[in-house]
Amino acid sequence: MPVSEPISGKKIWQLRSRNQTLTRWFATFAAVSIFMWCWKQISDVTTWFFVWDAPRIAADIGGRAMPPRWSYISELWEPIWDTFNMATLGTIFALIMAVPIAFLAARNTTPSTLFVRPIALLIIVSTRSINSLIWALLLVAIIGPGVAAGLMAISIRSIGFCAKLLYEAIEEIDTSQVEAITATGASRWQVMVYGIVPQIMPAFAGISVFRWDINIRESTVLGLVGAGGIGLQLQSSLNTLAWPQVTLILLVILVAVIAGEWISAKVRGAII
Amino acid sequence: MLELKKLTKTYPTGDQALKAVDLVVPKGQVLALIGPSGAGKSTLIRCINRLVEPTSGAAILDGVDITKLGSSALRKIRRTMGMIFQEYALVERLTVMENVLSGRLGYVGFWRSLVRKFPQSDVDEAFRLLDRVGLLEMVDKRADELSGGQRQRVGIARALIQNPALLLVDEPTASLDPKTSRQIMRLICELCEERGLAAIINIHDVALAQMFVQRIVGLKEGEIKFDGAPEDMDADVLTTIYGEEDWKLTIAKVDDEEAE
Amino acid sequence: MSSALESRIGSPWRKPNFIHSPVLRWGLLAITLVYLFFAFNSIDVNWTRVSEGLVRGWKFVKAFASPDFVSRGTDIYDGMVESIIMAVTSTVVGIIISIPIGLGAARNIAPLPVYLICRGIIALSRALNEIIVAILMVAIFGFGPLAGFITLSFATIGFLAKLLAENIEDMDKVQAEAVKSTGASWLQWVNYGVQPQVIPRLIGLSIYRLDINFRESAVLGLVGAGGIGATLNTSFDRYEYDTTAAILLIIIAVVMALEYLSGIIRAKVQ
Repeated sequence: MPVSEPISGKKIWQLRSRNQTLTRWFATFAAVSIFMWCWKQISDVTTWFFVWDAPRIAADIGGRAMPPRWSYISELWEPIWDTFNMATLGTIFALIMAVPIAFLAARNTTPSTLFVRPIALLIIVSTRSINSLIWALLLVAIIGPGVAAGLMAISIRSIGFCAKLLYEAIEEIDTSQVEAITATGASRWQVMVYGIVPQIMPAFAGISVFRWDINIRESTVLGLVGAGGIGLQLQSSLNTLAWPQVTLILLVILVAVIAGEWISAKVRGAII
Repeated sequence: MLELKKLTKTYPTGDQALKAVDLVVPKGQVLALIGPSGAGKSTLIRCINRLVEPTSGAAILDGVDITKLGSSALRKIRRTMGMIFQEYALVERLTVMENVLSGRLGYVGFWRSLVRKFPQSDVDEAFRLLDRVGLLEMVDKRADELSGGQRQRVGIARALIQNPALLLVDEPTASLDPKTSRQIMRLICELCEERGLAAIINIHDVALAQMFVQRIVGLKEGEIKFDGAPEDMDADVLTTIYGEEDWKLTIAKVDDEEAE
Repeated sequence: MSSALESRIGSPWRKPNFIHSPVLRWGLLAITLVYLFFAFNSIDVNWTRVSEGLVRGWKFVKAFASPDFVSRGTDIYDGMVESIIMAVTSTVVGIIISIPIGLGAARNIAPLPVYLICRGIIALSRALNEIIVAILMVAIFGFGPLAGFITLSFATIGFLAKLLAENIEDMDKVQAEAVKSTGASWLQWVNYGVQPQVIPRLIGLSIYRLDINFRESAVLGLVGAGGIGATLNTSFDRYEYDTTAAILLIIIAVVMALEYLSGIIRAKVQ
């Protein structure tokens, strides 16, 4: 406990010693400076006139966006169906591919720590670091616009996510159960099916539902880059400045997202 | 039947868990392995079925040196050694029946085990064993719904359905209350007698060991310090194995209980 | 042999089904199959377009072998700096705002009206995808990193405040009560009873959010909200795949570095 002794001779308790206090002040100062510098960069490239004008513009857009054009909903059913399919099928494909990758990446199940594991980890990191919108951008350029590109984008982005969570779950399993199955003379694959798979089933179910929920959100915007779904309608409505339609689409997306979250919470509750 | 010759295990950290252990277990003998924590008891029995790879030496079961076997021959020989674990090591999310049947995995092919289509003879044997350990009603319960004693009974059934010649038992009672501990030990010893099995039982509880087995081996720092009948265990022997302590009470208690 | 055993011997054993009711089980299976059938049929793939595209796809894959960091070097550099700046500032501002909101959204320390308002903000922020918010912000504030910064801050609030509130809700009550029993005021109580319990996790989550914000800042440029996304999009439109590859590699590298860093920091504070 740092105690300072001023000239008066009375001991005063302090939380930190003088050096600690100085270090803290310095760190705070550095952090604030970095933040201020960053802020200056942003502010330099911002046209502040527009910003001061923002409330008026927001009110203007808001005024034009209300009320939503309800009749437009008849044109949205098909995009909604596509969006739902992209999310669901995308999650299924991603899981099919993520499971083997997770087993190859987990330290306790990988056939080789030296070669296979780094490759599996590389796949996980690279698919995970790149947003599904960028994947969609790439795939639209490669296989053309449409639901297929969106579906693939969703799958690829989800592989890394699911595989990472899954391989962490595999690494945390109870080894004594695996040992017990091994001791019966079971083969490598039997050990997998009896000793490991039952232990990671709850994690697997949780991850699938969790990712499906996220994919519902992400698939709503993939259309912005031409990958199908309700985002396409959003894009065209924005381009024609049809604000009442934009409002309706945003409402639909909001409902879809909330419904997705509700369903995933229910399913998770039922499984675990 | 089982013979260990200069069995040695050195861990990569440099710890010598076993120092050239020689041990012979004849057919049908139940043997208790006692010793302080870290004496190498667990390592010893895991070296026999090679869950832990021994560094050197030989473990010969019915004339076959286990340490020299390739992976498929090793799986074959593991079928003849049933193992019972300290924390039961049941696959918690599988049913009791699946756990028992998993003892037959070495005998059935992968696809049959995947779809849980075991031969009827295995299923019948599983029913018989579950009846023997008193859990017939629990067949379709999940393993994590059972109490500790019940789980260990399932563990015993799983080991026995392998139709083993030898049981490797690792601290079967360490997580059980005293009464259940005795019941489990009694069950194991009775079953060994019924089926003429040899068994190596790692056990902390010296009194419990003295009560049930025919032979006690004391292990300390990877070396055998005592090998003899339970009656020959006295305070001096316990002092060599565990170190200085007042052992009178431990042994006296056993006598009392046997007199009951 | 007991009679219970006798009746069992010879009868086959089947693993009990996960869903007990057969109607529900087969019904669910049928619905799933019908759904999959229709879902697959609704995806129309233009195979001639795909086969043409595969050539381009292969070119793109090859570009990863020779990424071009140089020819658009300044664009890439400016874009990356802008992305990082957006990520840092929005994380900081997001944390600062999400602390009071997180406190307000914890049922055990906030009064009901405050709780409902804060939960509402969180729900709104989580439900709106970053890209959609970014489009609106660009429409309102004009092009540039300010729109991206506001978007990311808003998203950070939903993320951090929710987790913070959950954290406070499952904190150890005894410690907090001990502080309350000394007669501390509400602020003192939060400072001494609540803060020490949630700070370590808050730091871990903030670093994680920084990582997410950086990744998101890479796409905001697609809708004109600043950052590396604009450069990425341009390189794509111009078919400069080697530049695209270079940008993607940099993003992956930065994300990996951030993850590594967050691992170290989390290990230190916990």
